[in-house]
Amino acid sequence: MKRLEWTDIAYWLAVPPVLGFALFPFVYAVSSSFKLGNALFSSDFWPRVWSAANYAAVFAEQPFGQNLLNSVLVAGGVVLASLGVSLLAAYALGRVSFRGRGVLMMTILGVSMFPQVAILSGLFELVSALGLYDSLWALVLSDLIFTLPFTVWVLVTFMRELPKELEEAALMDGAGVLTVIFRIFLPLLWPAVAATSLLAFIAAWNEFLFALTFTLSSEQRTVPVAIALISGASSYELPWGNIMAASVIVTLPLIALVLVFQRHIVSGLTAGAVKG
Amino acid sequence: MCQIRLEKIQKRFGDNPILADIDLTVEEGEFCVFIGPSGCGKSTLLRLIAGLDDPSAGDIHIDGVRVNELAPAKRDVAMVFQSYALYPHMTVYDNMAFGLRHLKLAKDEIDRRVRAAADSLHLAALLDRKPGALSGGQRQRVAIGRAIVRQPKVFLFDEPLSNLDASLRVKTRVEIARLHRALGKASMVYVTHDQVEAMTLADKIVLLKPLAGQHGVPSIAQVGHPLELYHQPRNRFVAGFIGSPSMNFIDATVLNANEAGLACSAGGVPLTAAADAAGLARDSTVTLGIRPEHVSVGSGRLVGRISHLEHLGEHSYAYLETPLSATPLVVKLSERQATIGDTLPFSLPAQRLHVFDGAGDALPRLAHQDLTPAATAAI
Ligand SMILES: Nc1ncnc2c1ncn2[C@@H]1O[C@H](COP(=O)(O)OP(=O)(O)OP(=O)(O)O)[C@@H](O)[C@H]1O
Ligand SMILES: [Mg+2]
Repeated sequence: MKRLEWTDIAYWLAVPPVLGFALFPFVYAVSSSFKLGNALFSSDFWPRVWSAANYAAVFAEQPFGQNLLNSVLVAGGVVLASLGVSLLAAYALGRVSFRGRGVLMMTILGVSMFPQVAILSGLFELVSALGLYDSLWALVLSDLIFTLPFTVWVLVTFMRELPKELEEAALMDGAGVLTVIFRIFLPLLWPAVAATSLLAFIAAWNEFLFALTFTLSSEQRTVPVAIALISGASSYELPWGNIMAASVIVTLPLIALVLVFQRHIVSGLTAGAVKG
Repeated sequence: MCQIRLEKIQKRFGDNPILADIDLTVEEGEFCVFIGPSGCGKSTLLRLIAGLDDPSAGDIHIDGVRVNELAPAKRDVAMVFQSYALYPHMTVYDNMAFGLRHLKLAKDEIDRRVRAAADSLHLAALLDRKPGALSGGQRQRVAIGRAIVRQPKVFLFDEPLSNLDASLRVKTRVEIARLHRALGKASMVYVTHDQVEAMTLADKIVLLKPLAGQHGVPSIAQVGHPLELYHQPRNRFVAGFIGSPSMNFIDATVLNANEAGLACSAGGVPLTAAADAAGLARDSTVTLGIRPEHVSVGSGRLVGRISHLEHLGEHSYAYLETPLSATPLVVKLSERQATIGDTLPFSLPAQRLHVFDGAGDALPRLAHQDLTPAATAAI
């Protein structure tokens, strides 16, 4: 049998605290969401009586289904728009050499350095001027501000790595720029695209400040705002059970997405393009 | 009918001249090989013809049409890249069909062409594989297949065999020669730095010379049939580049020179060369050149001591220390037992000597047994 090295011991000693630290809040939210009434304030970790009443209440007391759909639409829209724009931008910035390319890259990065609060009032003016106030389009537009710099930078880095001959071979075969980007490069960049899409989706899904500011009616809210605005019967009571149930519901799609994409994020797809 | 005509082509990267003054024609069905030292611009010239790069000056005509402004796909040329550049996410079939789909050909015509190419390149069993699951030689054949299905007027190859191992390289070389004969009317332009590939495949060799940042010198050192470059090198650069091992060069002082020959002295040894040396001044310096395979060994009034031997099996090369010059004279020995330290009598036949003047230009040779340009043209 293999002897136990001290590194193995250290590894297994380190795993439980890290796992506990990462998972405790979520496990606690799950357990709380199944507790009823005063049991929430008892010291038991697991509920004595399991009840799905909180889940039912979340959907009954506000248009939570609509809120979920809004979140899906906004996050999905942000992902599609970011990918479309950043794939084209990455081709220009990564593979075409022109004057001022470096400056442009730094400007794009610079955009993502402003805190959201700093651009909030300016964006509000823009959103009102475009007549998008209290509409999901306002959220798609404003979320692009923090997803685009990131997706552009990541895709530029990956696109630069693709061999020049591949593009030239496609040109000789009569392919246009769009064909090169979407038929040749996109399949090869798939791992990078999957990873950046996922991160952009999560960022848009969790976005709170813009969603709070640019929407008014509860039918246009996304889930983070909806959860924050969940209120009890009286102003002295916070319905923790409902909040926990709603939190669990919004987290599940993200977990599912990560698990699905994880299987697809396989690199090494470019092997065989060029004799290595 | 000539397929490719280059007129006064120049190419600079920034201020650095890479190609200068290139005038060249490639005829229909001709196999033209670009050869030259690394970095002399062979790939660049090929890319200019393909349209992947633009010349800084000059015109490119393909099939009588000026194509300077034409997109690569519109030039009716196909290129095989050194790195193959296959589309990794497509099957072999789709790799070959990709360009045809852009030509808007009918589906069954595409299918017919792809299968015909696959049959002739022994790829029929591999059509559903991705490039990642192919060996280097198979990838190479797919790259060639992708070029031939387009049925272009001109094929461009950039060192297509350099990633293959030695035996596969010989096999593929023969395949390419066979392909060229089979395609008949298509011209081929082929870049290599392998002498054997150039000598065996070419109808016409274009030897390029690095400009090394100099302005005002042409890039092409010599154009001609392989044997013409071998027997009638125009200058020292060509003489030294063509042939392996390369030509021996010996500095000599002119004793007597006229149009019937040259008498000179190298290291105190008198030598004669059959070259039209009219106009060379007495006591001026010339360079004599002789190929290792042309030194006559075994008898003669000169003697050299063997300082090093290279056995290649069928024959050997001996490095001789001679009074002629400080650098050893390389000679070819066929089936002869020799050991290092032996002395060997030899002579330098006047008919076999090349003479280069002070500027490095070759003097016209009077040799009769060699092929003259007129004779090579008839081959
Ligand atoms: N895009 C470029 N920008 C600047 N210089 C370049 C560029 N492409 C090529 N060069 C230079 O042009 C010269 C010729 O390059 P090229 O690739 O044509 O050489 P080559 O003859 O094909 O050499 P090899 O036998 O090594 O392939 C080289 O000195 C190279 O550094
Ligand atoms: Mg090259």
